[in-house]
Amino acid sequence: MLKEIQSTGNKDTRSGFGDGIAEAARKNANIVALTADLAGSMKLQQFIKEFPERFVQCGIAEANMISIAAGLTIGGKIPYTTTFANFSTGRVYDQIRQSVAYSGKNVKICASHAGVTLGEDGATHQILEDIGMMKMLPGMTVIVPCDYNQTKAATLAIADYHGPVYLRFGRPVWPIFTKESDFKIGKAQHFSEGTDVSIFACGHLVWNAIQAGLILEEKGISVEIINVHTVKPLDEEAVIKSLSKTKCAVTAEEHNIFGGMGDAIAQCAAKNFPVPIEYVGTKDTFGESGTPKELLKKYGLDIPDIVAAAEKVINRKKNS
Amino acid sequence: MAELTAIATQIRRDIVRMVHGCASGHPGGSLGCTDYFTALYFKVMQHDPAFNMNATNEDVFFLSNGHISPVFYSTLSRSGYFDIKELATFRKINSRLQGHPATHEHLPGVRIASGSLGQGMSVAIGAALAKKLNADKNIVYSLHGDGELDEGQVWEAIMFAAHHKVDNLISTVDWNHQQIDGTTEKVMDHGDLRHKFEAFGWITLEMNGNDMDQVVETLKAAKALTGQGKPIAIMMHTIMGKGVDFMENDHNWHGVAPNDEQLARALAQLPETLGDY
Repeated sequence: MLKEIQSTGNKDTRSGFGDGIAEAARKNANIVALTADLAGSMKLQQFIKEFPERFVQCGIAEANMISIAAGLTIGGKIPYTTTFANFSTGRVYDQIRQSVAYSGKNVKICASHAGVTLGEDGATHQILEDIGMMKMLPGMTVIVPCDYNQTKAATLAIADYHGPVYLRFGRPVWPIFTKESDFKIGKAQHFSEGTDVSIFACGHLVWNAIQAGLILEEKGISVEIINVHTVKPLDEEAVIKSLSKTKCAVTAEEHNIFGGMGDAIAQCAAKNFPVPIEYVGTKDTFGESGTPKELLKKYGLDIPDIVAAAEKVINRKKNS
Repeated sequence: MAELTAIATQIRRDIVRMVHGCASGHPGGSLGCTDYFTALYFKVMQHDPAFNMNATNEDVFFLSNGHISPVFYSTLSRSGYFDIKELATFRKINSRLQGHPATHEHLPGVRIASGSLGQGMSVAIGAALAKKLNADKNIVYSLHGDGELDEGQVWEAIMFAAHHKVDNLISTVDWNHQQIDGTTEKVMDHGDLRHKFEAFGWITLEMNGNDMDQVVETLKAAKALTGQGKPIAIMMHTIMGKGVDFMENDHNWHGVAPNDEQLARALAQLPETLGDY
């Protein structure tokens, strides 16, 4: 089954966002886009061209942008705030907490350049804690799509979902391997059925997980690969069902292993079906400058890291 | 005007009773801003106590310095948003009247949580932009503490509002020169506040926020200045603790409730005009 998954091209996930918001805006007149001096990086050109009156340039003032977005909902607007993931979360946590999450406002926080694959700009911009921060907020939906198509689909889907959303995507050109129609908020996506190990991944690392799965299959290991694009609310049913079958798991994400998607899976397992779990993620560290490829390798997020984690967790299962 | 003054007296009475009732809360700023709230909700603003969150075709108010929730809650209930009896639940368990205003418990009249300072002007700008997009000609009002202007986000908002010509916004600063650790001059001097707003591109007005005639006239004048391409700011001079002699001009009454004896002394200065809750 994994062999059938082919890349149909390469594109950055942020372009999926840019194309998605333009399409969403054609369907829904209430959608407004805000940015903090990053309209180009966030691929908003088409939206601005078609809907200049619904574009709000905030300048380099992210706190103001988030609270303005909260105000726009009072009047029925559906604001999408756009900037890098670091400035979308850590910089404005309190604004999101009070004016958006606690106030239950229908704001869509759209964040690009997440994780180490941002590359050469280095650790000041490579946030690895944002999934954790956002999933801690009561009522916040957290979505981490894996490719261009899925980011576009998610950008469209959140317009029809009422409530605060954190949508996390990235900078690098990456394989396209899903269909837009595959995406449903809160519904995990299966790439393969297996019996030896479950691999739960999100974002860019879904592709790496699939490549790791191919290697593991060559070794005669039966792998179940699940894309947890919606980290919150977690598709617990899919997680429990898979763990009941494989009885061990690997989680893979471009995020600190403390507080990320892996923790969500582990909590679900601990409550419902405890099994050995290995985490692929950054190990409580900041990133650094380099190419995305170099950084994925150095920080243990590469295909061989997922293969090794799977073999390790299968051994733990056998020895337990 | 006598009618407005009578309402303000009852609201002040509500404030001291509410903070005494839960032995916590912020009477000082609440008492100082009571005349502003009374003028806004009982005279100037076009608003509907039936309450719709989106504030369609009505004026809308945002309280940025959320700690003066007692005056906000009393004003809302006295103008028909909810039963005055509910004021007795202020800051108590299972109440819709949280310590700082919130939407979480669905209290009519509150459209955003505030308390963590510096966010309200941005929210008001967002609501003002939504009104423009909706071709809704009504006005957005916001109130800010002067101490709150220490927060950098307020200045982001001030810059934004002028740049984007948010001319359906009237923001008022409660310029009482008091903040928790002392006078604003001592803690963080704002200097010539009015000219700072003007330098950022706002139209500014100034008023004595404890003179009901002046408050009504200035708010009306501000309204007449909307739609001219610039946001409007009112520098409102108030006395913290206004109406209760021993609380006046004393920053120690920022966030302290009166004891039984102090309550009696306060209420003796604030006759019951509309009936207590």
